Amino acid sequence: MSALTSLSAKDIAAGVRRGDFSAEAVVKSHLDRIAAVDAKVRAYLCVLADSARAAARAVDAKRAAGKALGTLAGVPVALKDNICLAGAQATCGSRILEGYKAPYDATVTERLKAADAVVLGKTNLDEFAMGSSNENSAYFPTKNPWDLARVPGGSSGGSAAAVAARMAALALGSDTGGSIRQPAAFCGLVGLKPTYGAVSRYGLVAFASSLDQIGPLARSIDDAALALSVISGHDPKDSTSAPSPARDYLAESAGDLGGLRLGLPREYLEGGLEPDMQGALESGLDALKARGASVREVSMPHTRYALSVYYVIAPSEASSNLARFDGVRYGARRHGAGGSLLELYEETRGAGFGPEVKRRIMLGTYALSSGYYDAFYLKAQKVRTLIKGDFDAAFKDVDLLVTPTTPSAAFRFGEKTDDPLQMYLSDVFTLPCNLAGVGGVSVPAGKSAQGLPLGLQFMARPGEDHLLLRAARAVEAAGLFSGEPDL
Amino acid sequence: MPLSLDEVRKVARLARLKLSDAELSRFEGQLGRVLEHMADLAALDTAAVPPTAHALGLSNVMRADEPVESGVQEALLANGPEREGPYLKVPKVIE
Repeated sequence: MSALTSLSAKDIAAGVRRGDFSAEAVVKSHLDRIAAVDAKVRAYLCVLADSARAAARAVDAKRAAGKALGTLAGVPVALKDNICLAGAQATCGSRILEGYKAPYDATVTERLKAADAVVLGKTNLDEFAMGSSNENSAYFPTKNPWDLARVPGGSSGGSAAAVAARMAALALGSDTGGSIRQPAAFCGLVGLKPTYGAVSRYGLVAFASSLDQIGPLARSIDDAALALSVISGHDPKDSTSAPSPARDYLAESAGDLGGLRLGLPREYLEGGLEPDMQGALESGLDALKARGASVREVSMPHTRYALSVYYVIAPSEASSNLARFDGVRYGARRHGAGGSLLELYEETRGAGFGPEVKRRIMLGTYALSSGYYDAFYLKAQKVRTLIKGDFDAAFKDVDLLVTPTTPSAAFRFGEKTDDPLQMYLSDVFTLPCNLAGVGGVSVPAGKSAQGLPLGLQFMARPGEDHLLLRAARAVEAAGLFSGEPDL
Repeated sequence: MPLSLDEVRKVARLARLKLSDAELSRFEGQLGRVLEHMADLAALDTAAVPPTAHALGLSNVMRADEPVESGVQEALLANGPEREGPYLKVPKVIE
């Protein structure tokens, strides 16, 4: 492995700016690394070698011309394949979008390019970001670089595996119920779901619009902070974009934790934690206290309803958002025997969507259908208010909430595929954050007895994503997690 | 709250999904179990609770109504499975 693939995004950008090495050399080393290990890991759905080399040469030419380079100069970035890059595929891990070429850049892609980052390729995901293991990709499952017999998590599993395996310095994912934080925890990375509205969703293929948020997966807090600084800030193309200016999260996330009050929600720990996870949590809390934070228990009494609320609201929004995949405007098309338009819709969708996507469309359609709307969708929206109320109340007493990111370390392939409910339960700690619209981060805080990464999650008030990074930095600095996957 | 096969068939129709008999019967069991889990919501008294559609609380985001060139018409049309000039073709709808 070349030294360049071991560098952080921050060090790559600094090195390219100084002229220690070229952006082209950085891209080449990462493409070599992909060629060497991606046959095992299978993080990428497509590698954009030519355009990445060309983009890197453009960065080098810009420097040679004496122009100032951007925050992410020459940093090789992987994009989850539900985020648009003009002219490249955006399959969403689905057969129904096979052959589709994105007509424009997502706002995050545009901002990465403006910061002189280089897009290396598009990464694998559970179909339409619905899943927690990458086993729902219509193409192939991505493997966890720490143990190839285990899942990388999902749905941003390809992005997580690419960064963990040094096949990208940084990646973007999307998080609707934990899809950035859970794979980050499983792969030993920092994964940040920003406050709802902090990052534009323009050019992100919609799953559940009131929950979806794009965020970075990185190997350090510094890198996550740099990425967030680049991609966040108001975007007039997204009507749910918060009207706040760009911020310097690297500077804002520095500093000690003096006076910061942390809350440990009792209800997250009720079922008892596995000993490894309990250990990681305790070490993390010790590190936080040593840096000046205080920790107290808080109560969030509606936590137990989050799973049900999520699995009404997310599928309902998905059933509406995915209505656009009908064989008329994009992707695969399949005619019915009678040749009618209705058959065209039904055949195209029946053949194009995989089992989990169908399951969720069915669930959402049922929850929104006449006679069940009040009992399911409206009811779930009301309980969502109660869950959000738990967060509002907790944030009166504490500045941050801290929990494990997941109930356990990465599970094995096939372990949860037969029972959708068991799979859904693996996101039980990450779902409430999306329902409340607050920001959340997962940071590595130790390893299990089998050597698998374990993550801690922080959640903060809306707009206080810098505090997430500041607290996570204390856990990072304690050195509870180290090493890299052996591939 | 078990779901009947007929209800599953009706929902598939509403969702414009052609499902095989095997899929229909699999979903009958799986969706029934998921809906059973969701029965916990019914037990909560929410009579006085307003619904939350959106956590951010932004409403009526307006902008000036100024036409701009998207520049992507051709790229959009090129994604169509069947196309004729600047149109996307679908089977005849009106007899």
